[in-house]
Amino acid sequence: MKQGPVKEDTVKQVPMNGRAVRLRSKLAAAGVLTLALLLTACGAMPRTGGGVSTSSTSASITVFAAASLKATFTDLAHQFEAAHGGTKVNLSFGGSSDLVAQLQSGAPADVFASADEANMTKATNAELVSGSPQIFATNVLEIAVPKGNPAGIHSLQELAKPGLRLVLCAQQVPCGSASHKAADAAGVALKPVSEEQSVTDVLGKVISGDADAGLVYVTDVKGTGGKVDGVAFPESKAAVNRYPIAMLRQSKASSVAQDFVEFVRGAEGQKVLGNAGFGAP
Amino acid sequence: MSFRLRAALADRGLDAGLHVESGETVAVLGPNGAGKSTLFALAAGLVRADEGSAELDGRVLFDTKSGAWVPPHARGVALLAQEPLLFPHLTVLENVAFGPRAGGASRASARATAERWLREVDAAELADRRPTQLSGGQARRVAVARALAAEPSLLLLDEPFAALDAGAAPALRRLLRRVLAGRTAVIITHEALDAHLLAERVVVLEGGRIAEQGPTAALLERPRSHFAAGLSGLNFVRGRTTAPARLAVAGLGEVFGVVPSEAGEAPATGEDAVAVFRPADVAVYASSSGLGASAPGADGRGGQDSMEEPPHGSPRNAWRAVVAELEPRGAQVRVHARAGDAAIVADLTPAAAAELDLAPGAAVVLVAKAAAVTVYAA
Amino acid sequence: MPGSARPRSRAYSGLPRWVYVPAALGALFVLVPFVGILTRVDWLHFVALITSDSSLAALGLSLETALASTVACLVLGVPMALVLARGPVRGRRWLRSLVLLPLVLPPVVGGLALLYTFGRLGFVGRWLDVFGVQLAFTTTAVVMAQTFVSLPFLVVSLEGALRTAGGRYEAVAATLGAAPSHVFWRVTLPLVLPGLASGLVLSFARSLGEFGATLTFAGSLQGVTRTLPLEVYLQREVDPDAAVALALVLVVVAALVVGLAYGRRAAGAVAA
Repeated sequence: MKQGPVKEDTVKQVPMNGRAVRLRSKLAAAGVLTLALLLTACGAMPRTGGGVSTSSTSASITVFAAASLKATFTDLAHQFEAAHGGTKVNLSFGGSSDLVAQLQSGAPADVFASADEANMTKATNAELVSGSPQIFATNVLEIAVPKGNPAGIHSLQELAKPGLRLVLCAQQVPCGSASHKAADAAGVALKPVSEEQSVTDVLGKVISGDADAGLVYVTDVKGTGGKVDGVAFPESKAAVNRYPIAMLRQSKASSVAQDFVEFVRGAEGQKVLGNAGFGAP
Repeated sequence: MSFRLRAALADRGLDAGLHVESGETVAVLGPNGAGKSTLFALAAGLVRADEGSAELDGRVLFDTKSGAWVPPHARGVALLAQEPLLFPHLTVLENVAFGPRAGGASRASARATAERWLREVDAAELADRRPTQLSGGQARRVAVARALAAEPSLLLLDEPFAALDAGAAPALRRLLRRVLAGRTAVIITHEALDAHLLAERVVVLEGGRIAEQGPTAALLERPRSHFAAGLSGLNFVRGRTTAPARLAVAGLGEVFGVVPSEAGEAPATGEDAVAVFRPADVAVYASSSGLGASAPGADGRGGQDSMEEPPHGSPRNAWRAVVAELEPRGAQVRVHARAGDAAIVADLTPAAAAELDLAPGAAVVLVAKAAAVTVYAA
Repeated sequence: MPGSARPRSRAYSGLPRWVYVPAALGALFVLVPFVGILTRVDWLHFVALITSDSSLAALGLSLETALASTVACLVLGVPMALVLARGPVRGRRWLRSLVLLPLVLPPVVGGLALLYTFGRLGFVGRWLDVFGVQLAFTTTAVVMAQTFVSLPFLVVSLEGALRTAGGRYEAVAATLGAAPSHVFWRVTLPLVLPGLASGLVLSFARSLGEFGATLTFAGSLQGVTRTLPLEVYLQREVDPDAAVALALVLVVVAALVVGLAYGRRAAGAVAA
């Protein structure tokens, strides 16, 4: 008998030829796919650069606007295009801080509309802005409650009721700092069950009914199309949020950009913003 | 006190019964796909029968009529699979102690039992090894010890010598001969030798049905199935008797033989019968290249005979045949030929094969003396 | 490259040379962004940034909840994998697709699904609320969100291991007299331990990085529901440096866990 470690099993466990071949062809396909992806990715880069040159044709501008402006600015862009035949307004929405970060990384844009002055200041400090920013709208907080206001909230003070499930924006984001400012002004100590990342997250919890109340902007309550009810409170005046807009230095279509800024601040712009719940500057 | 199984499983085309007396070892023979392993799976409870029942030592293992079904672990039926399947995460000793531990034995007593069985299979020195550190033969011995340590009422061995290197087989065969003595066991094998050495009785399974069964020696010497004849290395043709030792076989015409004295009465005329003869007793002659060119048969006896016209009433058979295949077998060449519907093999020396210039497709005449052909009732 | 990539064994690998090109590109694609993080770390204030109260609270909460959800995955996922791989279940393919649903679902959608189920007005949460159990905004909700998204990882890798292992050892064990539970603890589990370990590591890593479902279902409150990824995202609003530092901590913790688990497995394989 043969002694010592003879591993017959290992021989038997070699995969069937057919399977190995199939595996290899899959591998080859995956390799080709990867190469294709890389090529596409490489090909995409000059295309981004092309975006800059397009804006220099002066028939088109790119506007970076805070996410809370999505509905109004989409509307405004259409009106602007209609009024300025042949002009194209490209819109890009996002969190104001995200947009500033993108601009700092060299994203091509002609106009920046921020949801708060802090982020606009960041842009100004980074010398991205041409001229000085202009306030074009204001926004105040409102208490958002589930439809029918089951918890019966009618004032900011009532948000401190024990057992009430209050959801706020985190202090780090604009709506959160505004909420704290308002609460401080009213002398109310708020104890939220959650400090959310964004207005959307606050509204989500109020809509689902898991939160009894949340603090968001008037325009956000209006934007839900009636999924939540809004309760106005006087202390909101202590934390009025101002929306600044500015032309960017890198713009190669500065006259169009300038026109757009004026349009937003003009009568037509103010009408659209007012309908959405924004206050005048 | 015995094992009795009768089961049908349409999925695998099986409909067969098996009966093992207490203390008896039965060999199950049959071609691949005949249902041998399925029979084992049914007995061990790894597969459920469509219909049938089984009983071991008076206990019902399953009965499709009453719906009774004992799970595998409660049957007392140990299955030694074709591969040793030692648990790779346990040492050899822990493997053998597995059965006793599962049966509720204490750690110490399971260990003692395992050590005893390892000594029994001459593997005591392997106790602390891992299964991956064993040779094929060693792993099988440990697997045997593991199965026996579980103290089964019935032991099932599925081709214990499969894929075992030739050097290790004899030792394992001796071991099994020792441990199977007096044990109720069933062994699946492809080798006539194993059946002879290990089993008192043989069951031949073909196409999911029992083709024949009987005492090992008698069955392998007087096979009544193609498979058993093949195992014994015999040519086998089936026909109908036209005279006491004469057989009409489709494709071969009349086959002349002798009725063995110890086989009892000769088959009656008109009865189904079989003729068997050894490949060494078949001489091969070239068919078309002149009657004078002849070659000696492998046994050296046919050498002087020159080919005559197919003899009438002479004590020899001559069949026209076509070579299908040549197969080297040790010092000889086995010629597989087809004569009509019958497949006949003949053993030649390589020199004779070369002289006849044999190749697949060659036309030959096969000659077998009547005295070398045994005829008996099917 | 192929020369340096040769493993310790001298066996013929059979890999075509070109395979190394996309393989290297892929490795770079994954690794270079890590380098990208490293270049942005404010090393001067690194320690201060990651040891602030909010950072430590988030880190502690993350480890705690990821561990809890990994245990939950173990308790729920192992039986699921067993039933999927071995159980006599009908419609196995459909069942598997359903179990794997959280893999393809965007985590935020998963969070919404949990919210609409276990939230105060959800069809399960409504009943829990009757008994005074409220899940939203609790640490339990974080663990639930993490378990929801990481359970499929455990089930998939364990089911694969179970299929590869086959049921032959279990059949042998049964014929040796071992009852199903004995077979499970003494044979099945030890045999699939490597698959189980990698499944657990994947689950833990996924739980540690969970963001969307947690944010949507559990909310975000320091020390209660604000895990490290949520803290990273929040810090980014005001202090990108702190966000980068925390992200690095997250990467290091995940790498440590994966490295430890796989390192031990490799060592175990050598010893076996």
